Amino acid sequence: MTAMLELRQVSRSYGEGPTLVQALIDVDLAVRAGELVAVMGASGSGKSTLLTIAGTLEDPTSGSVVVAGTDVSAMSRNDRARLRRRSIGYVFQAFNLLAGLTAAENVALPLELDGTRSGVAQRAARAVLGELGLGDRAEHYPDELSGGESQRVAIARAIVGERRLVLADEPTGALDSVNGESVMRMLRAACKEGVAGVVVTHEAQLASWADRIVFVRDGRIVDHTPPRPGAESLLAPSPRP
Amino acid sequence: MSVRHALLALLSEGPKYGLQLRQEFETGTGEVWPLNVGQVYMTLQRIERDGLVECVAEAEEGPQKSYRLTEAGRNELMSWLGPPPDTGVPPRDELVIKVLVALRVPGVDVVELVQAHRRRLVGMMQSFTAIKAAADERDVGLLLVADAEIYRLDAVIRWLNSAEARLERGVDLRFPSTPLSAAAHRRRRLGAQR
Repeated sequence: MTAMLELRQVSRSYGEGPTLVQALIDVDLAVRAGELVAVMGASGSGKSTLLTIAGTLEDPTSGSVVVAGTDVSAMSRNDRARLRRRSIGYVFQAFNLLAGLTAAENVALPLELDGTRSGVAQRAARAVLGELGLGDRAEHYPDELSGGESQRVAIARAIVGERRLVLADEPTGALDSVNGESVMRMLRAACKEGVAGVVVTHEAQLASWADRIVFVRDGRIVDHTPPRPGAESLLAPSPRP
Repeated sequence: MSVRHALLALLSEGPKYGLQLRQEFETGTGEVWPLNVGQVYMTLQRIERDGLVECVAEAEEGPQKSYRLTEAGRNELMSWLGPPPDTGVPPRDELVIKVLVALRVPGVDVVELVQAHRRRLVGMMQSFTAIKAAADERDVGLLLVADAEIYRLDAVIRWLNSAEARLERGVDLRFPSTPLSAAAHRRRRLGAQR
């Protein structure tokens, strides 16, 4: 299966001369539809830069980003903006919901910005909220929602419509462990439906919800796990020395 | 923990006397694992019997015997270092020892060793998470057990992350070659003041 997201030899630096900072160095990463990949690293390792470049919010200094088979650097500004609105969903640690809009209006917003009629967008938004168990919260404003509910609304906003790539930056950072887990369950379920997902985190527990984990340090991918082992591997007899 | 393998690791640096081995072992493990001299000599006798070490000929006339690693000893050491101590439970203490010991063994890429252990443990964590993902949310017993394993693994993985960062910084973490380093004296003084 072809990759929904591909980073090819991506590097990103800031500043120059003595103040040059290499945030990413020669990063190769491919994420297929239906796959959730975790990028794990300490703060300052470059993992958030990786995500903003994957989300076309920032350009690499060198290398290329390919989303759904198209090299982003070859796209016009308008095409790129359309790609972001239509195909890529973002989830942030701070939820980033608009305070003046209800949950349903927040979720419908990317569709409406993309030209979908308001009624159609609102119906799609309510349907996604319903799927995520938030049907009764659709008319609530963000300040009436708990942290866990807010992040679930943010996930609904990230997967509404025909999104093919969901990018999440420490999505559970502001949540307790139970709410954090339900957020990861949702991201995983969205990927099982055919979305490609990338979640960056410094926590192994959250990364372990992913199919594959890559480890980033000092801007480089230094290690990665093989594809997810099944639960049955724990039940296999273990070799003893 | 394996005194046997720790001694093999110390001898992988070159021939040493029994007393020297004991001192280096204790200082090298931050004096967390005291070792009496009887244990050292008994272990040396056994590993000599097993052909893993041999006496250095010229030192035999002196008051102390000096030992060196044989090819069989080196093979034994290398085959112990790699595999996880126990695939059933997260084995933190033995893992710490393995990494400390690996620092002493010439030719071992300790960062790669740390990463290999982390890959395995993260893989185990993924398996427990998969159990949670498939479990009925009302099956609290199963979820609690899976959580317990995940948190235990998390602690070890955090340690491996920090070990990796420390080793990558290029700090020389090899055991001090003098029996009691200045650091060990300082640590003792601080302990006495408390």
